[in-house]
Amino acid sequence: MTATRRTADTLFILFGLVVLWEILHRIAGETAMPAPLPTFAYLLHNLTTPRFIANLTTTGLELGYALLLAYGIGLAIGVWMGAHRLSGAVGEPILVSLYSLPKITLYPVVLLIFGLGISGKVAFGALHGVLPVALLTMGAIRAIPPVYLRAARTLQLSPWQTIATVLLPAALPEVFTGLRIGFTVTLLGVLLGEMFASKEGLGAMIMNALQLVQGEEMMTVAIVLFAFAALANGFLLFIEHRLHRRV
Amino acid sequence: MNAAPVPHEIHAQLSGVTRTYPTVPGAGAKMPVHALGPIDLDLLRGEFFAVVGPSGCGKSTFLEVLAGLQQPTAGAVTFEGKPVGGQVPEGIGVVFQEDASFPWLTVWDNVAFGLRRSGVAAPELRRRVEDAIAFVGLKDFARAYPSQLSGGMRQRVCIARTLVLQPRLILLDEPFGALDAQTRLLMGDEVLRLWRRTGATVLLITHALDEAAMLADRVGAMSARPGRFIEIIATGWPRGRDSTIVGEAAFGEITGRLWERLRGESLKALGHAAVPAMAAE
Amino acid sequence: MTRIGLIRLLVVAALIGALELACRSGLIDHRVIIAPSQMASALWTLLASGALDADIARTLGMIGLVIALSIVLGFAAGIAIHALPRLRRALDPFFATYYAVPVFIFYPVLIAIFGLSVMPIVLIGVATAIVAMIIATLNGLDRVPRVLGKVARVHRLGRFATALQLQLPAAAPYLFTGIKLAVSYGFIAVIAAEFILSPAGLGRDIADAYADFNNRRMYALILFLLVVATLVNAILHGLDMRFAARRSGDRS
Repeated sequence: MTATRRTADTLFILFGLVVLWEILHRIAGETAMPAPLPTFAYLLHNLTTPRFIANLTTTGLELGYALLLAYGIGLAIGVWMGAHRLSGAVGEPILVSLYSLPKITLYPVVLLIFGLGISGKVAFGALHGVLPVALLTMGAIRAIPPVYLRAARTLQLSPWQTIATVLLPAALPEVFTGLRIGFTVTLLGVLLGEMFASKEGLGAMIMNALQLVQGEEMMTVAIVLFAFAALANGFLLFIEHRLHRRV
Repeated sequence: MNAAPVPHEIHAQLSGVTRTYPTVPGAGAKMPVHALGPIDLDLLRGEFFAVVGPSGCGKSTFLEVLAGLQQPTAGAVTFEGKPVGGQVPEGIGVVFQEDASFPWLTVWDNVAFGLRRSGVAAPELRRRVEDAIAFVGLKDFARAYPSQLSGGMRQRVCIARTLVLQPRLILLDEPFGALDAQTRLLMGDEVLRLWRRTGATVLLITHALDEAAMLADRVGAMSARPGRFIEIIATGWPRGRDSTIVGEAAFGEITGRLWERLRGESLKALGHAAVPAMAAE
Repeated sequence: MTRIGLIRLLVVAALIGALELACRSGLIDHRVIIAPSQMASALWTLLASGALDADIARTLGMIGLVIALSIVLGFAAGIAIHALPRLRRALDPFFATYYAVPVFIFYPVLIAIFGLSVMPIVLIGVATAIVAMIIATLNGLDRVPRVLGKVARVHRLGRFATALQLQLPAAAPYLFTGIKLAVSYGFIAVIAAEFILSPAGLGRDIADAYADFNNRRMYALILFLLVVATLVNAILHGLDMRFAARRSGDRS
């Protein structure tokens, strides 16, 4: 009973946000801020147009490649720095301070190296995602009880076997938290990349719509992105909770 | 063996005190829970009174009602002749079961906390704080933060913080519950020392029969919920006692008698039906 | 500690040295990256000329404003939400997903509403930073031990004194975490907003220099922002270590 009331309260707040949107629309006017209902109509109508699907595909592809890079490099750095004490002690503060830098300042450098095409955006997305994945993986491996390692040694496992059969499974729930956060910031990185000097992808679409004073399109892209990010995060959280419960 | 001089002046009094809670939090059932009482008890000035009982029997509720932290549902509490209600009266000090030392203050500042608010002059404040810290044996740790101390030492910080205000009634709510058995015996000696030096009335809540039997002038055995006193045993220990009395025959007798009274109650608290002790045959 | 610190210093120095060497030897094209020493000298000339002063004041002032607003309003909102359990339970799903969705995507929408001015930047900055402060405040208040409330009553503290002398210090470590995050998020959001689209500011300067192929100016500006951000983070980290040393006793 309390659960349904809570859901009702949450939905009520969601409804309140739509009302706030309507009020903003009344204040800001038709061109700047379209009303909710026409926007939803626009959304349903435009979601299946080839133009929207092309941009969606671009963003999806960029995100996919960026995640592949961020996860691969991040896990490698994390495992290395978690298993090798000195590297971890030396490297952790460096990674932490890189993590809290405004990485957008480095985007021109990324563009100069990788060019204005898809690879620049992929690299920028990966640059965002690598750090949380590496940091959380390192933390997860450090938190493994040392007795597991002693057990691995008594079983005469090779270093590679130790990583594959002991370290990674034991650290998996925490590592997965890193992958989830990595997903979020990689998406942000890709979108930021698309918003600057790009012609393709959802981020470019929203900037283009701003120039063309296309309020409905801006809100549509924002809603689609919010929904996608929230759903993906919910799904990853679901898996994460299951992993945590298992341990 | 000489019995302690028996004091007779009533220091705090509970008459017909009960406490019921409207509902169990989270349990869903809308039945009121009868947690305590009715309780009638006269605490005599300067005595050491211990309350033992099974877990969840309302011991802590009893202490909080006496301290003025909770209002009784029925009945009356008085301290030094004045009714207790709504707030904790001046002259009552409480040491809680949980670690209540303030992690953001040094040992010194922790102990000085209450005095600072009472407007005591600086030299007097310093003297009393240093005295209290020395009394609990933390002189070398006055500048340390609680996180740098062991659990037992932190509980001593809380004792000093209470002691420094010179309370006339000290309430101890299982202050050593989290400590190991040997440390508890030693802390028991400290409490006896505290009791003797301050001349305060001490009420100790504990779940350890031996602790109650060793420390108190009188031990109240409390039933399973709703808690009430099923027997009050006078121990007859001399005022100058310490933990070595655990070796005496009388100690074993008192502990045995307490267990005899409480065994059934503890089983009840565990969820068993009341089982008569075999000795009752 | 000192040995590891020394190694860290050497590693960073070696990386910078390698970059310097690669740039000087022509291994890396100067149209892509210029040598670190050139970045530093370009920054020095730029700062000495005073040409940056207005933009520095504008950007850092804006970041300061965003951070201050986020901390104050976030703290107040946190206290209010904590006092209303039903509202809080309803808001929990929003807090849990807030940092998983790219809130920054709203920046163009804000420009559409408020025009190309300071307002959208401040709003997107506060929107990014404030929720971290709210969540930290809620966390801190949740973790004030219940026994402190009883201690307050034994000492006969009033409501205000209890809040100020017991609850606030007990929640302080969590509030500090919130402040750290608010600073970090405020910085990132303001610079990103300036970079993507704004009338002025250091972020805009970088974007302009990039568009003009003015690498010396661009790298000087990047270096400046990275140094400022690193300094701010280092100061916060130092403060954090100080508090943590007291509370955890690990490094007494």
